[in-house]
Amino acid sequence: MQLNRRQALALSAAAAFGGLLPVVARATPEATAQRIAAFAGAAKPAMGKITLTAPEIAENGNTVPISVTVDSAMSGDDRVESVMIVAEGNPNPEVATFHFTALSGVAAATTRMRLAKTQNVIAVAKMADGSVYLDQKEVKVTIGGCGG
Amino acid sequence: MATPKPRIKVPKTAKVGEVIAIKTLISHDMESGQRKDKEGKLIPRKIINKFSCTFNGQPVFACDIEPAISANPYFEFNARLSESGSLKFTWVDDDGSIYADEHQIEVA
Repeated sequence: MQLNRRQALALSAAAAFGGLLPVVARATPEATAQRIAAFAGAAKPAMGKITLTAPEIAENGNTVPISVTVDSAMSGDDRVESVMIVAEGNPNPEVATFHFTALSGVAAATTRMRLAKTQNVIAVAKMADGSVYLDQKEVKVTIGGCGG
Repeated sequence: MATPKPRIKVPKTAKVGEVIAIKTLISHDMESGQRKDKEGKLIPRKIINKFSCTFNGQPVFACDIEPAISANPYFEFNARLSESGSLKFTWVDDDGSIYADEHQIEVA
């Protein structure tokens, strides 16, 4: 069979796409929810207090800048103990957990993370009094940042 | 790979109770354990799994790191100090290596 140029291009594109399909199990929203429940303990996560900043569209999934800020005085009982970042569509949901202390001054941190595909990124804050707050952002990813 | 080299940005002086910004970066591949080599074999995971910052021995900020953190891990956080002293930064590698750096800060 003789392929014309257009058919050949379509075939190679299909092959390339097939080759990129993940072979490993992906984190699912369910696994992510379980992870959040384990982190939150008895408390039920509420919205508010915590702000997750992430780009709406990330061209390169290898380095996506993310920031979290929690509204807290960081002294006495009004303190943030830790903030966990999870991602729903990565091979593993865990991304990082930040631990703050009274010396931190404010509960804010910035880092760069990998995103395999377009997905929700979730930040969960645990306060010293046991309450838990959550924020979520969808990040559209043009080029995935895992595997290869 | 060359020995990971930490780079840290901390102000030299601060006022008592002022919230200062600290920026850290360390060169590291952060091999996720998901990638494959040319023969299709998985490249084993090798990342920095813990970062911490202490001030005169007291914890300021710490982070548990998973493979989803980008290569050359970057962290930006804050500190509120009430005395002069030294900020110590520590990164722990999967292979047990520890990379550390220290910065003096004048607080008045």
